[in-house]
Amino acid sequence: MSAPGPAPRRATAPGGSVIPLAAPLMEASGLTYSVRGRRLVDDARLVIREGRRTVILGPNGAGKSLVLRLMHGLITPTAGRVDWRGAPLDKAARRAQAMVFQRPVLLRRSVRANLAFALAVRGVARAARRPAIATALERARLTHLQSQPARVLSGGEQQRLALARALMTGPELLFLDEPTASLDPASTLAIETLIEEASAAGVTVVLVTHDRGQAERLADDVVFLQSGRVAEHGPASRLLSAPASEPLRAWLSGRLYVEAEKSSRIDI
Amino acid sequence: MIRRHFMALAAAGALALGLAGTAVTAQAEDFIVVQSTTSTQNSGLFDHILPIFTEKTGIEVRVVAVGTGQAIKNAANGDGDVLFVHAKPAEEKFVADGDGVERFDVMYNDFVIVGPPADPAGVAGSSDVVDALGKIAEAEAPFASRGDDSGTHKAELALWKEAGVDVSSASGGWYRETGSGMGATLNTGTAMGAYIMTDRATWISFGNKGDYQIAVEGDPKMFNQYGIMLVNPEKHPNVKADLGQTFVDWVISPEGQEAIAAYKVDGQALFFPNAQAD
Amino acid sequence: MDLGHAIIGAFGLVLSGDPDLTEIIGLSLSVTLSAVIAACVIGLPLGAAVGAFRFPGRTVCAVILNAFMGLPPVVVGLVVYLMLSASGPLGVLGLLYTPTAMVIAQTILVTPIVAALTRQVVEDLNAEYAEQFASLGVSPLARAGALLWDGRYSLLTVALAGFGRAIAEVGAVIIVGGNINHVTRVMTTTIALETSKGNLELALALGVVLLTIALIVNAMVMAVRALAARAAYA
Repeated sequence: MSAPGPAPRRATAPGGSVIPLAAPLMEASGLTYSVRGRRLVDDARLVIREGRRTVILGPNGAGKSLVLRLMHGLITPTAGRVDWRGAPLDKAARRAQAMVFQRPVLLRRSVRANLAFALAVRGVARAARRPAIATALERARLTHLQSQPARVLSGGEQQRLALARALMTGPELLFLDEPTASLDPASTLAIETLIEEASAAGVTVVLVTHDRGQAERLADDVVFLQSGRVAEHGPASRLLSAPASEPLRAWLSGRLYVEAEKSSRIDI
Repeated sequence: MIRRHFMALAAAGALALGLAGTAVTAQAEDFIVVQSTTSTQNSGLFDHILPIFTEKTGIEVRVVAVGTGQAIKNAANGDGDVLFVHAKPAEEKFVADGDGVERFDVMYNDFVIVGPPADPAGVAGSSDVVDALGKIAEAEAPFASRGDDSGTHKAELALWKEAGVDVSSASGGWYRETGSGMGATLNTGTAMGAYIMTDRATWISFGNKGDYQIAVEGDPKMFNQYGIMLVNPEKHPNVKADLGQTFVDWVISPEGQEAIAAYKVDGQALFFPNAQAD
Repeated sequence: MDLGHAIIGAFGLVLSGDPDLTEIIGLSLSVTLSAVIAACVIGLPLGAAVGAFRFPGRTVCAVILNAFMGLPPVVVGLVVYLMLSASGPLGVLGLLYTPTAMVIAQTILVTPIVAALTRQVVEDLNAEYAEQFASLGVSPLARAGALLWDGRYSLLTVALAGFGRAIAEVGAVIIVGGNINHVTRVMTTTIALETSKGNLELALALGVVLLTIALIVNAMVMAVRALAARAAYA
C-alpha cells in the first residue's frame, strides 16, 4: 500500500471543466432490494462519474441510504448489478471506497487511535502512520484534540474525525450518508469544506442529503429518488432549476408528493 | 459427550495454566496423601500427632478428610497413599479387593447419642443403645442421621437393625438423613431438636453444642474401631509405598500410639490406642 | 453469636496477622486469579467469536454458553476429580489435591461465565460497529480483536463476575483440592471446615474477611470503570 492520501485522478481540461470519461467510475443497473416482498429499492439505475460530486436526494423513506449501502457493498442487492470501472464490484474495488455515516461510528479510543485504526486495517506500517495521521489531523483541524477520547468530542468534531478517517486510506470514491443531518450550520460548513477539499484533490463524492441548500452548494450531478425508484437523474444545474419529474417538482416546492401511480420516471 | 467437552476444556485449561500451576504448587517431594475421615480431622487429632511424625521423618502428611465411604472410594481410585478410617468390614473388603495391603487396628473411640435436654424419648442416662433406639423410634422423636455412607452412618444403621427398627420407612418423618459430615449433621440436628449419634471425639471438640448433652453412652456396642492400611502399590503404581508404609508403621508403633493417647481435649482423652504390637 | 461479633472477630483475625490465615487468603487469591486469567484466555476469544461472527449453530453456541454459566460446582469438581484421579485419564499428571487442580476446576466454572458475558458485550458492540468495520474492510480476526479491545472496560466487569464466582466457590475446590492444611486450604474450604467443627463464629468471621476481599477487588475495578466512563470508553 502506497502512502495514503487522496490522489488526483480527475481528468481536467485546460479551462478547468471536467471531461466525462468514457466509462463511468460506478454504474448500478436494475438495482433492487426487497425485504419481505416490499421493494425498498426498485430497479434503480445510477451512474457515478469519476471526479464528480453526485448528490442523492429524495424524501424520507425514498431509499437513499439503502442505495448508498448497496453501492458500497454493505448489503447485497436482491437483483441488479453494481459495476466498478466496468467490472462487478469486488473486494479490491471496495477498498477503493470509503463511507461516512449519518451518526459517526467512532471507536472507544483516542482521536489519534481512531485514525491509526484505519491505517492498521490496511496494513500500513506503524512508522508510516505517523505523518499521515498528522496531516489528517491538521486538515480536519483536530490536532489539538488528538489525545482526547473520540467519543467526548462535540458532534461536529466527531463527524470531522469520521470524515478524516474515511479519507485516511486514500479512497477514490467517498460515500456520505447525510453527514450533516444533526449538525449546526457552522459544523455543517466545516464538513462541506472538507468534502470540497477532498473533491478538489480528486476524490469522487456520492452524498445523500435531504438538504436542498447542501445539494445546491455541492452537487455536480443529482439523483432524485422517490419510493425506491430513480425519478430523475442528471446534472444539478438542470434538475434543481428545471425539474422534469413531478416528484422532484413537489420536493423542491416543499410539497408532499403523493404517488398516484409509478409512472413519472425519467432516466438520463 | 459432556465429559469429552469438559476434558477438552480442562486440557486447554491445563495448558494455559502451565505457568500459573507451577507457580502455586510449591511441591515438596516428601509427602504422602492420607485419605481419612472428618472425625479424626475435626477432633484435632491430626493437628496433634502429624507434626510429631513429620519432625521425626521429614515426611509431610497431607490429609484429605471426607466421609469413610468416600475416603475408601478415593483410595480405591489410587488417590492416596494411606487409608485411615473407621468401618472395619468395608476396610477388610478394601484389602480383599486388592486395593489395600494389610489392615492394622490403630485405636478406638466410642459413639454416643446426644439429645436435647427435654429428652422426648426418655433415654437420657441409658447405657443400652438398642433399647434407647427402640424408645426413640416408638416415641417418633426426631433423629438426625449422617445418611452419607460414612463409618458412623454404617455403625448407626447396624444398631437400628439390631433394634429391629426399619428407619428407611421413617425417612423424611422423624428419621432425618442430612447427607452431610458429622459436624454439619450436629449443626443441623441440634437446630431441629433431634437425637444424633456421633463419635465422642467430634462431640467433645464440637464448638456449637448449645444445650445438648450426651444421652446414651457406655454401651460396648458403640465401640468405634479405626484401622490404617497402605494403598496397594501393585495395583496403584503411583502410591508412595515406602513413605506410606513409614507412616503406617509409625502410627501403630509405641511412639505413635503414645502420641494418640496423649491427645486430650478439656482433659478428656478422645482416642484409645489399641494397635496389636507385633 | 451475631454479625457484629463476626465483624469484630474478622478484624481481630486480620489484625492478629495469623500466618495460617495469611497463607489461606494468599492461596485463595492466587488460585482464583489464576483461574480467572485462564478463563479469560479461553473465554474472551470464544465469546468474541460467538458474538461477532455469523456461522451455523451460532445461536446454539450462545444458548450452551449461557446454560453453562450455571454449571453446578460439585459436578464440575467430580468430573475434574475423575479426570485427575490416579485411575483417571489425566492421573499421570499427579495434579489431584494440588492448587493446580483447584485452578482447573475453577477455570471450568468461570470460563462459561466469561465467554457468555463476553459474547453479549461483543454482540452489542458489533451491532454498533459492524457497518463501519465492513466499510473499512476490517478482517474477521481484526474485528474480533477490535471489539474485545473496545469492550475492555465492560469486559473488566465480566472478569469480575468470574472472580466473584471463583472466590466464593467451595463445592468444586474441596473435592479436587481435598482441603489439605497448608496445601489446598482456601478461604471457602476453611469456612466449611470450621462450620463442620461447630466453630460458627470463626466461620462467620472468615466469611466477613472473604466478603471484605471481594468488596475491595470490586471497588478497585469499579473505580477503573468510572474513570473509563468519564472518557466515554465504557
